Amino acid sequence: MVIWDGLSQAFSLIITRDPAMMQIIWMSLLVSGVSVLLASAAGIPLGTWLGLAPAHRVRWLAQILYTLMGLPPVLVGLFVYLLLSSAGPFGVLNLLFSPTAMILAQTILALPIVTGLTMIAVRSKDREIRDTAVSLGASAWQVALTIIREARLAITGAVVTGLGRLMAEVGAVMMVGGNIEGKTRVMTSAIVLETRRGNFEMAIGLGIVLLALAFIINSVLYRIQGVGRH
Amino acid sequence: MKTTNPWVRGWRLTVLVLLVLIVAAGCGQGGTLTSGGQDGTSQEPPQELKLATTTSTYDSGLLDEILPVFEEKYNYRVSVLSMGTGAALEVGKRGDADVLLVHAKDKERQLVQEGFFVDRQDVMYNDFVVVGPTDDPVGIKGSADAAAAFQQVAEKEAVFVSRGDDSGTHSKEKSIWKKAGTNPQGNWYQSVGQGMGDVLRMTSEQQGYTLTDRGTYIALRDKLNLVVLVEGDQALFNQYGIMVPNPEKNPHINYDGATALIQFFVSDEGQQLIAGFKQHGEQLFYPNAQ
Amino acid sequence: MFRLESVCKSYGSRNVVEIPGCVFTRGLIHGIMGPSGSGKSTLLRLLNMIEKPTAGQIIFRGHDLVTCRPRLSLQRRMAMVFQKPVLFEASVYENVAYGLKVRGLQRADVREKVLEALKTVGLVHLERQPARTLSGGEAQRVAIARAFVTEPEVLLLDEPTSNLDPQNVGMIEDLVRMINRERQTTVILVTHNVFQARRLADHITFMYEGKVVEDGPTEAVFTSPGDDRTRAFIHGDMVY
Repeated sequence: MVIWDGLSQAFSLIITRDPAMMQIIWMSLLVSGVSVLLASAAGIPLGTWLGLAPAHRVRWLAQILYTLMGLPPVLVGLFVYLLLSSAGPFGVLNLLFSPTAMILAQTILALPIVTGLTMIAVRSKDREIRDTAVSLGASAWQVALTIIREARLAITGAVVTGLGRLMAEVGAVMMVGGNIEGKTRVMTSAIVLETRRGNFEMAIGLGIVLLALAFIINSVLYRIQGVGRH
Repeated sequence: MKTTNPWVRGWRLTVLVLLVLIVAAGCGQGGTLTSGGQDGTSQEPPQELKLATTTSTYDSGLLDEILPVFEEKYNYRVSVLSMGTGAALEVGKRGDADVLLVHAKDKERQLVQEGFFVDRQDVMYNDFVVVGPTDDPVGIKGSADAAAAFQQVAEKEAVFVSRGDDSGTHSKEKSIWKKAGTNPQGNWYQSVGQGMGDVLRMTSEQQGYTLTDRGTYIALRDKLNLVVLVEGDQALFNQYGIMVPNPEKNPHINYDGATALIQFFVSDEGQQLIAGFKQHGEQLFYPNAQ
Repeated sequence: MFRLESVCKSYGSRNVVEIPGCVFTRGLIHGIMGPSGSGKSTLLRLLNMIEKPTAGQIIFRGHDLVTCRPRLSLQRRMAMVFQKPVLFEASVYENVAYGLKVRGLQRADVREKVLEALKTVGLVHLERQPARTLSGGEAQRVAIARAFVTEPEVLLLDEPTSNLDPQNVGMIEDLVRMINRERQTTVILVTHNVFQARRLADHITFMYEGKVVEDGPTEAVFTSPGDDRTRAFIHGDMVY
């Protein structure tokens, strides 16, 4: 069975800490991690602002946001490719087929997700929280910070969701990264390559490693934010 | 102070992790992320060379065999971008790669004439084969005429899976249909827009027919329930060429590196490496540089 | 303390509060009574600057709450406790410290004041507890501690005991009295509980359908109400 072979392949990859795989894992973590952090740095404040604004006034923005949450990665990849292509407007930067290009594409992908989910998280917090903070003398900034803190579990969820989408994403990273061995190859593009090459066991093995990694990351993030503490 | 509040620490930790990752990313951009393969030889750091090529050459493993020899000898580091022929040509036209190894001879020549590429050379060929179910319900086994075989498949309306992605293989398939004087249409003709491996799998699942390059078929053979039915027709030969984006239009490309790679591919050494490359005991590419 | 001049607050075409003139004197405990929907809570929110009046002026110790800048420095001279105690997802200590921290106090001062306030409400032993584990009565006491720890000039209380058991009600009423006497904090207490109003308040304002229909010293209002609706309310005859 291919799946059992894949499982044993996954085990041997992990046990031997195959250097090529370690490099790929590192690149996946680096690209998706930095992207989700950049997207969060912009998306959490933006989502908070949208969540605090009266819903009817930002309705159009919210609808655009929901639409963008479903952006096909390949489309984002193509867009970033055309921007960074040497014939494109930012060609002189010579960033195409580099981790930076992948980070750019993935940040664009994650931004609407983090922003939208943060907006929902902030809206789900009762108005009472806001009134309480205001009545205790908080400034507008302090109110926003308080609400972010109060919604921190759901916001962590937003970041984890964004990270999950990025780690599982292949269209954009393949398009702007080029899947170059030792440079821009990540877990997902390696899986595509192994599948194309007919190495199904290796593909499944890598897939299992990817899932295990996602599980560990989620556990760590939730632990940091203290889910399940009583 | 005694912070009684665990989440304050949580946030600080998050911010710390964030900073570390950003710093790490910054280092990553600095070019330290070359693969583990190169341990400190005392020579200058290798120059980068971007080779855009088709999935078939890369996936077969041919380049893994040839490029390290070139890299070692001339001190380059070749980044391989493998994509469909259509995409590779487009990337080359935009000057996003330094050199192209593709298989669409007519189109390549046309683009050279239009001034997009220079220095085109033939490198090697491989061949296409028509594959289908072992019991071959249409009865084309042993034929040496691909066009005739296609015509029979169309008449019997047996399932035929087409790449449908403007790849080199797809162009070849279309040219054979043209030669057969048939315009394939109907439920039996499935244009799926996927890579060769996927197309072979779909063909095998449905016990249909398809046109494939021999290399991909051999690599996947054990997992497929398909056999070679038609081979050896001149029309099934598949010429690979190597060429450079016009350096006058794309002054930023690494023209010297590209020239070195072309010279290497057409040199005796390169040609012998191609001929010596075997998968599952079979030669996949036949060198034919002039 | 507060002077209202032709204040009106409306949502759409509905006037929720409509007060031509009204004064809340410094140092007293004011009881605002009235049936549900009479505009008591909205009035309190107007005083606390959580909402702006649609028209009119609210003068707080010489400053117009609507036009005055900066808003924050005025708002920080008051504190409000809501009917439902909304505590932050943090420890009891952090909750009480909130108002002090947003004002930028030194850590040591914060600590001293918070512990003092927790002692006053009898909850020092729960300092490190997550706020969400508290009972209703404890939570409301934390909410009150969180408000008065900022040493406001006026403490606004919106039905602070409506969901509590008699023991906690008694404790909180003692607390309010103590804050008023010992710190000379003006208290404005919204309640629909006539007994509580009589027990605590020095001065009663009775509201009905957004308007002030009775306003006077507690004893006077209770012994000889000037308005039929006030009388009906006090005697428990009002159906609402």
